[in-house]
Amino acid sequence: MSDASLAKPVRFRAATEESPATRWALITVAFAGLAILVFAPLIAVFVEALADGVAASLKSLASPDARDAIRLTLTIAAISVPLNAIFGIAAAWFITKFDFRGKAFLITLIDLPFSVSPVVAGLCIVLMFGANSAIGGWLVAQGYPIVFAMPGIILATMFVTFPFVARELIPVMIEQGRAEEEAALTLGASGWRTFWTVTLPNIRWALLYGVLLCNARAMGEFGAVAVVSGKIRGETATMPTTIEMLYQEYLSVAAFSLAAVLALLALVTLLLKTALEIRHADQLAATHRH
Amino acid sequence: MKGPVIHRSPMPGLGLSMGITLTMLSIVVLLPIGALLLKGANYGLAGIWETVNRERVWAALFLSFRLSLFAALLNLVFGVLLAWVLVRYRFPGRRLLDAAVDLPFALPTAVAGIALTALYAPRGFFGQLAAEIGWKIAYTQWGIFIALVFVGLPFVARTVQPVIEEIEREVEEASATLGASRLHTLRHVILPMLLPAALTGFALALARAVGEYGSVIFIAGNIPLVTEIAPLLIIIQLEEFNYDAAAAIGIAMLLISFAMLLAINLIQVWSRRRIGYV
Repeated sequence: MSDASLAKPVRFRAATEESPATRWALITVAFAGLAILVFAPLIAVFVEALADGVAASLKSLASPDARDAIRLTLTIAAISVPLNAIFGIAAAWFITKFDFRGKAFLITLIDLPFSVSPVVAGLCIVLMFGANSAIGGWLVAQGYPIVFAMPGIILATMFVTFPFVARELIPVMIEQGRAEEEAALTLGASGWRTFWTVTLPNIRWALLYGVLLCNARAMGEFGAVAVVSGKIRGETATMPTTIEMLYQEYLSVAAFSLAAVLALLALVTLLLKTALEIRHADQLAATHRH
Repeated sequence: MKGPVIHRSPMPGLGLSMGITLTMLSIVVLLPIGALLLKGANYGLAGIWETVNRERVWAALFLSFRLSLFAALLNLVFGVLLAWVLVRYRFPGRRLLDAAVDLPFALPTAVAGIALTALYAPRGFFGQLAAEIGWKIAYTQWGIFIALVFVGLPFVARTVQPVIEEIEREVEEASATLGASRLHTLRHVILPMLLPAALTGFALALARAVGEYGSVIFIAGNIPLVTEIAPLLIIIQLEEFNYDAAAAIGIAMLLISFAMLLAINLIQVWSRRRIGYV
């Protein structure tokens, strides 16, 4: 036996791995699939927005329609996201700090909006608060129309984003238990003080994570808002509904410029989300099984 | 064993947190859904049936459901593949790929809708390529299918990923030691463990696709009986102030969603009983 055959390096593959060829084939399929499905549309938004140059794109963003839409969308998010955050904290506190019957049912009800079509959500708001309904008719008579006005858009936005914060906080607070709060209370802290100094610091990253996702969805919601808003220019046309109107008027650059602003927002959201997942994985529910 | 409805607890804030929770849940979610159901009750089962039992409505419901099913099936396969690649392999660009999976959640549906249309329209980048082999994508059912694959993309990958992370290598080693080929191990050891999570993701993707509106209407072409989806029919009825018909179709869609929610819960109960976790 010659020494050469002994010196020949033999590489073994672990029995729990796929062959390198299979591995690279799967990675290629994953990249190709996401390139076609995700990266291509994202790039298309910016290519179409800049089709006539940066100046044309910026000019269309400075038009009154676009400015009104941006202002309205920011206002809607500024009202509906904090309200949903308050709901999420209250619901998570109620569900995780107390024992009561029907808890699982309550959680199912909170999750309900995720399985209802946004268009059906909008329809529900119209039927509940529209001018034809008992409550809506009375409110219109008092001078407070809900549907085809800002309150309707806020309600529709809150409906579709309702579970985000609660669903993020509940698993985190279940995992953390009640011992720290009980200790604070035993030492004489008031309920509010316990919440601000013990609970909130423990859940802040999870809260931020939920608010981030809630905000992205709130600013981008289209189906539910399209139903309740009436899409009145300068009054109830949000960014997504304005994109639709501009697109249907063949104002491609204007539509895609506004779309590019929302796409940038989505990218920033993903960036912050990934940063949170890397730095605070232990305090997030999304990175655990629940 | 019937205890009190709410157990006594030293924790503060019971009244406040319960009050906020139930009040907001009622105003934002329960009362509006109740209003839809009440409208349906007043309209009567016969009325709902009369509205739904028209060729155009059946066509829209069938189209929405059928294409959603196909899109969710594709996502089931691709989602498991994605989850496996992201958890098990290390390669440059993995973080980017991982973040990109969430883009369909983050990108507003109207933005996705016009972007997909720009790509797949006859003069778009992919549209031109397809046109060369005589394949029309935008403004046909293919376009709807692609939009539904896009919106459902993250669900299966995100439900399966944590399960793969927790699979213990010992199980695979044992299988290999006993002489199983890698393929055999994947097929008979790994896949059964992923199945419940994959099915949950599949049902979530399906539910999302059936109700999807924003990303579909631009690319669909919206031709009655051919490319008209169920949510669009509701909008059309509302624009004609035909609230009864809108409510009837809305209830039909709500029932489909509830049936799928029930299916998700049953899958989770079944998997908890089988393997002890979801």
